[in-house]
Amino acid sequence: MPALDRDDVAHLARLSRLQLSDAELDHFGEQLDVILSAVARVAEVAADDVPPTTHAVPVVNVTRPDVIVACLPREDVLAGAPAAEDDRFRVPRILDEEEQ
Amino acid sequence: MTATTSEPLLTFEDAIATFDPVMGFEVHVELNTLTKMFCGCPTEFGAPPNTQVCPVCLGLPGALPVVNEKAVESAIRIGLALGCSIAEWSRFARKNYFYPDMPKDFQTSQYDEPIAVNGALAIVVPTEDGPRPVTVGIERAHMEEDTGKILHVGGATGRIHGADYSLIDYNRAGVPLIEIVTKPIEVEPALAPAVARAYVTELRELIVALGVSDAHMHQGSMRVDANVSLKPRGRVELGTRTETKNVNSIRSVERAVRFEIQRQAAVLQAGETIIQETRHFHESDGSTTSGRIKEEAEDYRYFPEPDLTPIVPESAWIERLRATLPEPPLKRRARIREEWGISEHEMQSLINAGALELVQQTVALGADSADARKWWTGEIARISNERGLDVAALPITPQDVHRIIMLTIEGSLNDKLARQVIEGVLAGEGNPDEVVVSRDLAVVSDDGALLEAIDTALAQQPDVAEKIRGGKVQAAGAIVGAVMQSTGGMADAARVRELILERVGDSLG
Ligand SMILES: [Zn+2]
Repeated sequence: MPALDRDDVAHLARLSRLQLSDAELDHFGEQLDVILSAVARVAEVAADDVPPTTHAVPVVNVTRPDVIVACLPREDVLAGAPAAEDDRFRVPRILDEEEQ
Repeated sequence: MTATTSEPLLTFEDAIATFDPVMGFEVHVELNTLTKMFCGCPTEFGAPPNTQVCPVCLGLPGALPVVNEKAVESAIRIGLALGCSIAEWSRFARKNYFYPDMPKDFQTSQYDEPIAVNGALAIVVPTEDGPRPVTVGIERAHMEEDTGKILHVGGATGRIHGADYSLIDYNRAGVPLIEIVTKPIEVEPALAPAVARAYVTELRELIVALGVSDAHMHQGSMRVDANVSLKPRGRVELGTRTETKNVNSIRSVERAVRFEIQRQAAVLQAGETIIQETRHFHESDGSTTSGRIKEEAEDYRYFPEPDLTPIVPESAWIERLRATLPEPPLKRRARIREEWGISEHEMQSLINAGALELVQQTVALGADSADARKWWTGEIARISNERGLDVAALPITPQDVHRIIMLTIEGSLNDKLARQVIEGVLAGEGNPDEVVVSRDLAVVSDDGALLEAIDTALAQQPDVAEKIRGGKVQAAGAIVGAVMQSTGGMADAARVRELILERVGDSLG
């Protein structure tokens, strides 16, 4: 299992919009290595006859009918917002990315 | 085409003389289900902000999504209509990105296990040498959810750059979307823009025929991203592509493709390289401008969605859905052509004007197809061109046009007055009857008033009167013209002609 190098950690931090110092990059890199090697040990146990899965139980096709259910009252919705204005969530300005 | 941009362009002809364009389209279709993809919130367009949200679509901790069965059915029907194979095993995946349009910080989409793969859409492309059949390969159709709407506040432009902060309405977050992705499209270079237009037109018609979405491009319920790359003639490997986002009308798709071909050709001709980026289309001048650089943004770290079960459609279910598919648009058009007795060329101009459905709806109300075509592809299409809008985006309905046709058949409107009624309806003055009243547009049907005008005209042009008396019936045209002028166009020309001939006949008798 190749260890994550500092560039990998810096890249992940950038994707999560986290600004980390070099010391922090090394620190989190070590922590991530521990997690990855733990997962790698599980992978060693899984033989070829054990198929990969994302669910503990084999359930498929759980759906619901297209029927409207009550929504949250807007006061409750916006009560959870860090800031609100004009009945909308207010967020700090978004730089360097364009709107959808 | 002239476009005001700082970037140099080659002419389209010069561009395609050297380069072969390759296109690809990603079309997002908002489904018309009553509820969202993974929760029971309504999807109705235009509700007050943040009134159609719940713990699931807000991504609150502990909330569990459940798939909307109707949305899966719509996805399968779209897949089947596009000739795709429906996956025996299909899964949702999390597309992780950092942007506040999704409160979860990821969009639930499908990645390597889409619901439908490998299909094709047959289209007909109008060319100078007549209609040309082209087959567009479909790579996949997958299910995902729409994002919230962001309003950028402050700054001069309402765009993100220079904004002070942003406001978000999550009503749209979680509305079911189907993304339809083509395989690379390589056609005769000169035809590329027309193929782009024909593909989106055909796809839209198919979606509407399936009844799975209203597919209004101007309202965003159908959105097109156009990928374009160029390669020097003779080269096999693809060039670097750009992705022009959210092109919001069928006409704009054609313009955006043409512009990118011209722009990229100028860049390559100058020995520079194309940057892989998203670009924004500008309706005002048909240009595109640079958006964000794609490289990093594509690092979405997809992984299978653990909160949703795989979709494993039984073949009986698929066959049941297959039985609900509508007549394919191409076949349907052939049938309609026969019914209306029109040529493929006339059918193409109907489709190019975006007027086929509207004409059909007008005919369904009882109008003659020739009358319906005349108004939708004539006056109304002319105005839509003038305003740079699709015909369907104009505020005039098949009911309005049907009524206008009925009024002309009754003889209370002539063509000139009918055009004024259309103008009034488009100006928001009410329905045709209301416009007729408020603008006082009924034709002069009082024979007495018409005869008076005819007598005056005959007296003013005695030589013409003489010719008519001498049997030169076509000379009556000059008198008809004079009467139309003196009544301000508010006369029924056919009736005026009748009366002139009667009048002259009377004086002979
Ligand atoms: Zn919800």
